[in-house]
Amino acid sequence: MVDQATTKSSPDAAASPGRLGRGAGLWRVLRAIGLLRESPVAIVGSGLVLFWVVVAILAPWLSPYGPNAIDFTALADPTPSAVHWLGTDHLGRDMVSRLAWGARTVLTVAPIAVLTAYLIGCTMGMVAGYLGGWVDDLISFISDIILSFPVLILYIILISTLGPSALNIIVAVTFVSAPGIGRIARALVFDLRTREYVDAAKTRGERPLYIMLVEILPNARGPLIVDACLRMGYTTITIGVLGFLGLGLPPPDPDWGGMVKDTTAMMVVWPHMSLFPCIAISSLVIGFNLLADGLREISMRD
Amino acid sequence: MPMFIVKRLGQMVLTMVIASFLVFAVMEFSPGNVASKTLGPYASDESKEILFKKLKLDDPLIVRYGRWIGVLFGVIEDPLADPALNLGFHDPRGHHYFGNFGYSTLYKAPVNDILWDRLGNTGILAGIAFIIIVPLSMVFGVLSGMREGSAMDRGLSLTGITLTSIPEFASAVFLMAVFVVVLAWLPGTSPLEATPEWPLASQLVLPVTVLVLYDFGYVARMVRASMVEVMTKDYIRTAVLKGLPYRTVILRHALRNAMITPFTVILLQINWLITGVVVTEVIFAYPGFGRMLLEAALFGDITTVEAATLVALFVAVITRLIGDIGYMYLNPRIRLT
Repeated sequence: MVDQATTKSSPDAAASPGRLGRGAGLWRVLRAIGLLRESPVAIVGSGLVLFWVVVAILAPWLSPYGPNAIDFTALADPTPSAVHWLGTDHLGRDMVSRLAWGARTVLTVAPIAVLTAYLIGCTMGMVAGYLGGWVDDLISFISDIILSFPVLILYIILISTLGPSALNIIVAVTFVSAPGIGRIARALVFDLRTREYVDAAKTRGERPLYIMLVEILPNARGPLIVDACLRMGYTTITIGVLGFLGLGLPPPDPDWGGMVKDTTAMMVVWPHMSLFPCIAISSLVIGFNLLADGLREISMRD
Repeated sequence: MPMFIVKRLGQMVLTMVIASFLVFAVMEFSPGNVASKTLGPYASDESKEILFKKLKLDDPLIVRYGRWIGVLFGVIEDPLADPALNLGFHDPRGHHYFGNFGYSTLYKAPVNDILWDRLGNTGILAGIAFIIIVPLSMVFGVLSGMREGSAMDRGLSLTGITLTSIPEFASAVFLMAVFVVVLAWLPGTSPLEATPEWPLASQLVLPVTVLVLYDFGYVARMVRASMVEVMTKDYIRTAVLKGLPYRTVILRHALRNAMITPFTVILLQINWLITGVVVTEVIFAYPGFGRMLLEAALFGDITTVEAATLVALFVAVITRLIGDIGYMYLNPRIRLT
């Protein structure tokens, strides 16, 4: 119905199919965002996520000080004050600045990690589900081996061997999550590959790659988007946990988990140093999970 | 049925062999590293050379893996036990015995002396948490799933999502801020050594609470999803229409069927509780299995990490097998061959 409306309202678009495609795509995105209004849970979730995205983008302008700048005068009393709104940490570094730059770290590493995991996981799952046979057996066998590991142990072994860095966190998250994504994609393809439009494409003589990317993938997007949103939450927790265990980004760069690790020993004297980064990471993950829940609710209603 | 179990046991062994080889390969990829990590940072090049020859580190990876398995099964003597190396390693169990995991370079003792105590400690923590998680998540799941979309459903689901979203270290910090810093009701660390001020039981309260808060929401969601599905079935409608009290419908008809699917998920929580509690153990300084693994990995104690991973894999594979068998008994419609 909506597509009809766009076609009618833009007569010149019909002349150039490229512009029609782009216009319809943009309209779809706007419509999808509009759909979020239907779920209060999704609104709260996207609000929390959006808040941290804005903070991450504006980190250089929002932070009153450099993330690693040390204010020796604050060391006598690092609690929140007019100079340092959220106080400073045990080394006299401004909490607001470190939290903002920490948001930047998480919101750069997590999406890249989830994206690469999706690229590899979806490829694995779609190839396995579409081709079947020994390819499916082999891919499923490799996935089963990786999935049989307790997740956290796999992270500890990989990161402690590779060394802690943003790139290695991305590699480890991809390695650990791709098999799970592959399983979901495989199940979806199994269901979709017997549909009429896939048969029609086969009869037209389309190549398997075309069928997978153009016919199957767009129709499997619903559950995959919800899962990706959940995975953003999990990955945020993972990055925080790795930082907390001393396997995160190397110091002194701010990273929420690492900030907690450095200051929990001082909880009794200065609880604010650990509390603020914990509130930050919890609110971001709650945002992602509420958004995922709202999206699932909306997608089930259709 | 016996065929199925035999087949699954075969798969289990194969998975463990391949997975443990992968860990071995990752940990011992560079042979030079193995010698220097075993001897520590202050060792001379000469002693590293001797150890390198003794461990035959220039052999191919697969041969060295075979030797490690040989030591584990008590067929080969552990080369590190040789007194000529002056490492001071001594194992009262002897040098040839089944389950010889070798020597920990971090704890300067046989891995078997450390590993099982730590696993037992984690078992206490995990056991108490499991006993609380299962009934709590069932009550939450059934109450929210029996009337989908009701105010109670929304409220409970939202609580569950929020609680599972808070990382363990964050909920630990929040709880510590209230109960340790402000109220001073509970100790902030749990070294499992009773002090006059804090008895053992008080040391377990916070770690168990953190585990329960993080995990139960997830299980509750699984129970809820299954409950919602069961409530749409014909036999529930029949039971309601023939005038049974709602309580009876839920307790007699719905609950039993709704527990089939979450059964596997609940069993997998044992697996998660044994190995996923690293964060909780670290923040409360609890002498458990996960913390041992982390310390060993950070120190470069290869033998301990390999041993701990093997044990963890064993727990993971066994719980999955039990889950599958139990699932078959619960659901007579599924007969795997």
